[in-house]
Amino acid sequence: MSDLSRLRADFPILSREMNGRPLVYLDSAATTQKPVQVLDAMDAYYRRHNANVHRGAYALATEATDLYEGARIRVASFINAASPREVVFTRGTTSAINTVAYGWGLYHLRPGDRILLTTLEHHANIVPWQLICRHTGAELAYLPLTGDFRVDLSGLAGLLDERVKVVGISGMSNVLGTMPPVAEVAAAARAVGAITLVDAAQMVPHLPTDVQALGADFVAFGAHKMLGPTGIGALWGRLDLLEAMEPAEGGGEMIRDVGLFESTWAEAPHRFEAGTPPIAEAVGFGAAVDYLSAIGMDEVRRHEADLTGYALDRLAAVPGLTVYGPDEVAERGGAVSFTLADIHPHDLATILDSQGIAIRAGHHCAKPLHRILGVPATARASFYVYNTRDEVDALIPALAEARRLFGVA
Amino acid sequence: MSLDDLYREVILDHYRNPRRRGALEHPDAHADGQNPLCGDELSLDLAIDGDRVTDVRLQGRGCSISQASASMMAEAIAGKTLAEVAALTHRFKVMMEIEEGDPGIDDSRPGAALGDLEALRGVRRFPVRIKCADLPWATLAQALEGRPEA
Repeated sequence: MSDLSRLRADFPILSREMNGRPLVYLDSAATTQKPVQVLDAMDAYYRRHNANVHRGAYALATEATDLYEGARIRVASFINAASPREVVFTRGTTSAINTVAYGWGLYHLRPGDRILLTTLEHHANIVPWQLICRHTGAELAYLPLTGDFRVDLSGLAGLLDERVKVVGISGMSNVLGTMPPVAEVAAAARAVGAITLVDAAQMVPHLPTDVQALGADFVAFGAHKMLGPTGIGALWGRLDLLEAMEPAEGGGEMIRDVGLFESTWAEAPHRFEAGTPPIAEAVGFGAAVDYLSAIGMDEVRRHEADLTGYALDRLAAVPGLTVYGPDEVAERGGAVSFTLADIHPHDLATILDSQGIAIRAGHHCAKPLHRILGVPATARASFYVYNTRDEVDALIPALAEARRLFGVA
Repeated sequence: MSLDDLYREVILDHYRNPRRRGALEHPDAHADGQNPLCGDELSLDLAIDGDRVTDVRLQGRGCSISQASASMMAEAIAGKTLAEVAALTHRFKVMMEIEEGDPGIDDSRPGAALGDLEALRGVRRFPVRIKCADLPWATLAQALEGRPEA
């Protein structure tokens, strides 16, 4: 980042103090902070342009609609979608995955069909499929992990047979930082006629993403992990699949015609956006991708890789500390999960909080993964565009304090 | 509020050397407690003879606060009548400011009758951790649900 202090000035919250110390925010994998550009765009929407979209026959409603659809164009362009029609606004990543599970899975899966996931998935890419299995009689199967925290593809050929109809895979682990080979898996899935959904909640915010090059069928991500507001995310899908897919939710806005007993649906993407959408949030989402585009996603990735490599080096020098995730910065994102001796991650989080440092502790919505790792919880520091090497440095004395308090030799 | 007041020596001792670990072969009461937010887990077995808790066994994993609270609770309730257990539970919850105090409890030192458990009083200054300290007590209430308290 060429001028990090100027960039940080865009984020008002970063000048706060917590517990008498400058806030060191290392929990961007949970949610990111918001720049004034996003806050101002949302504020201006409510102050000057607020009206419902797609229905008012007056100029103000046209302004609101243009802003909402303009945000869709920005998000589509950010991930190099072939058309904005391939971008469905959802409530977030979770809702985007559920849109596919209930709009595609429910109608296409039969008893004996398989849904292939990986064991590092977030609950958001496990539980919807468990629910769909209950409805359809389909079964789950999992690609395991290797000892060095990668998705083990050695058994892929055996697991990926014609029974598999859906492959669900994370583009970047929110716990390990692992970046599974999504393009390779999607190509193999296509060869047996399965569709691939990528949980890109951590991928799109942190890596340059070209959905056309990726070769997957659906890509789900949320705004709040990429400088945007909560309450909105996006489902990118191949247009032919979206056009053939049923709506998971019915209501206003998503119809072509409604009769007393039957209705027909609007075209994609509006078919999947029942009810009044989160309009101000869409505007904020658009402002967030503008902000990231101005930095450049290659630069975002370079900055995070630098911080992650620096953090891994510094943490490696802390006695008793174990990092869970790939060693190679080129193969991982900026979520660094760790444990320190027998100190429980919650206790670490409390101790770090007393120094103004915000980290996440727990299972990070990945309980099956933590069972495999053999720990009930991990502590996680995660980075984004606004973090500095000084903030990584702040971890070290705080971890030393934890060792002192717990009498770890 | 300093961290040294939270991580008192007695708490770390119970965390590192938890008392009454294990399970009963034929428990008279049992409950599994979980904090789904953090994944802390607790399995509680009680032997009850008449109105008296004659044995207590615990298994589980979690942070120092939840595990120390569980260990101290097990020591405190073993051998007590159900009425005494209920009174102890109330005192603990008053100390943690989970329940309102009453005239019988000294406001300046609500944990006075709680023994080692009084060391957990510092936790109330760390609101996100109160749930950790309360997990074993919530599990105990679940195990005793439906029993007359006295």
